[in-house]
Amino acid sequence: MRLEIRVAGFGGQGIIRTGLMLAIAACIHGDKNAVQTQSYGPESRGGACKSEVVISDEKIDFPKVVDPDVLIAMSQEAYDMYVDTVKKSGTILLDPDLVQKQKASSSRVFKVPATRMAEQLGKTIVANVVMLGAFTSLTNLVSVEALKKSVLDNVPKGTEKLNLAAFEKGYAYGKRLLKEK
Amino acid sequence: MAEKSRAVLTGKHFMQGDIACAEGAIAAGCRFFAGYPITPATEVAERMARRLPEVKGVYVQMEDELASMAAVIGASYAGVKSMTATSGPGFSLMVENLGLAFMTETPCVLVNIMRGGPSTGQPTKPGQQDVMQAKWGSHGDYEIIALAPSSVQEIFDLTIEAFNLSETYRTPVVVLADEIVGHMRERVTIPEADEITVIDRKKPRVPPGEFASFKPDEDLVPPMACFGEGYRFHATGLTHDESGRPSTSSAEAQQKLVQRLCDKIRKNADKIVKTERTMLEDAEVAVVAYGITSRSALSAVQKAREAGIKAGLFRPITLWPFPDQQVSQVAKKVDAIVVLEMNYGQLVREVERAAKETPVIFLSKLGEEPHKPAEILQAMRRALQ
Repeated sequence: MRLEIRVAGFGGQGIIRTGLMLAIAACIHGDKNAVQTQSYGPESRGGACKSEVVISDEKIDFPKVVDPDVLIAMSQEAYDMYVDTVKKSGTILLDPDLVQKQKASSSRVFKVPATRMAEQLGKTIVANVVMLGAFTSLTNLVSVEALKKSVLDNVPKGTEKLNLAAFEKGYAYGKRLLKEK
Repeated sequence: MAEKSRAVLTGKHFMQGDIACAEGAIAAGCRFFAGYPITPATEVAERMARRLPEVKGVYVQMEDELASMAAVIGASYAGVKSMTATSGPGFSLMVENLGLAFMTETPCVLVNIMRGGPSTGQPTKPGQQDVMQAKWGSHGDYEIIALAPSSVQEIFDLTIEAFNLSETYRTPVVVLADEIVGHMRERVTIPEADEITVIDRKKPRVPPGEFASFKPDEDLVPPMACFGEGYRFHATGLTHDESGRPSTSSAEAQQKLVQRLCDKIRKNADKIVKTERTMLEDAEVAVVAYGITSRSALSAVQKAREAGIKAGLFRPITLWPFPDQQVSQVAKKVDAIVVLEMNYGQLVREVERAAKETPVIFLSKLGEEPHKPAEILQAMRRALQ
């Protein structure tokens, strides 16, 4: 089974890192094949940025995402550009403070105010990890343990506690959203 | 042994292409890197800057790409396996001294992680637009060896291969990867150090007084003494005789040297060329693709088979020397060929030449994304009509 995940937003939001943590969770801590690719502009911050992950039990030939099973949208621009590419049976996770204009979609849509939740933790920069936590509980595609390990392996030393708290916060939020549905 | 284990990071990794390229180089014995950072090849330099000091190697951040290539040649002449890494705009500057590397028969590796050109083009986007530049970029007649990896594992493996070829034939070798392969991350298995084949240049077998630095063996490759080893060694960009001294007026010297420089690659092409064939046995349509586009092609070929179309994939791993014979063989057996490139038509000309009568359809892609499998499938259908 081939699973396609696209994470999109601005440069500086940790978009590429999010894809990387997901892919490592699936490939190194899980037992799947995974490929992570990325696309960004020449600007270091603020330009459009996306990271794509393909996870499969088989060898992955085409490494890019065509019709994602999951879209994580962290900006209006990213949402507008990719909302229609998501599979009908797919899932969209969006940050409602950053994606204020939404349209009707046949995919499952979850609003996770990850940036606001990260602010509450004291650092906006962990919004991507909050989102990753929510992704974990909402999609159940990659195991919690693998993702936690991957987060811890891929954050700067000294920020493990903060990132773990961000992950847990997102994870719990996702659980709550599922219950409400 | 401790140093050996620091040089080869045996094990499974989830690694970026550029990083795997650097690790392949170090595993092959590269201990000198001179370069100038450029997207999307910067990560190769970053990794080398961090890793080379760990293995007693030297990293030099140069003032520009012209100097980088010059330093690489110098280090190789001092006996150290050397490399640089760049992208299109930097490659344009390096081809000047790449010519000097051909003329002086300097083993070295030049990595070009191709982005969108011409000029500064699209720095962060992929391209396969330097394929012909790799072949013809420097002036004069010469034969380049260029390898095109299509995965992170393969850029590791082929960077080792590039060093081995450069040492075997005493010639520069280009690793031609694209931005997607350079920046993509996937699983890489790095073998034990003992399992990696590493080839070193031939050394002189005669005493210093009898040594001629450009006198070839039967394989047309001259043994190479390194500066400081006690051999008198003259190297020049001018046409030279076997002793290495300039011979700027003799037609015979020019004929002999240029011919040998080209023939040492041409006559060994069978040993150099690597290709991959997938489902071609009964194929009616063949896709020819290299680097990242070959992975789109593989997916398309599988989809075609599911749809009852007899499709196969021919992947040149060695772009130069071009696998003429192998393409001709494929062309004889199929009704049509589809060529994919992330440029506006480069290697397709070589395919057309080798395919002779067999119709060739070219599918160009410029910009961010490689060909989508569905587009390729459509082209295959068109080709078979």
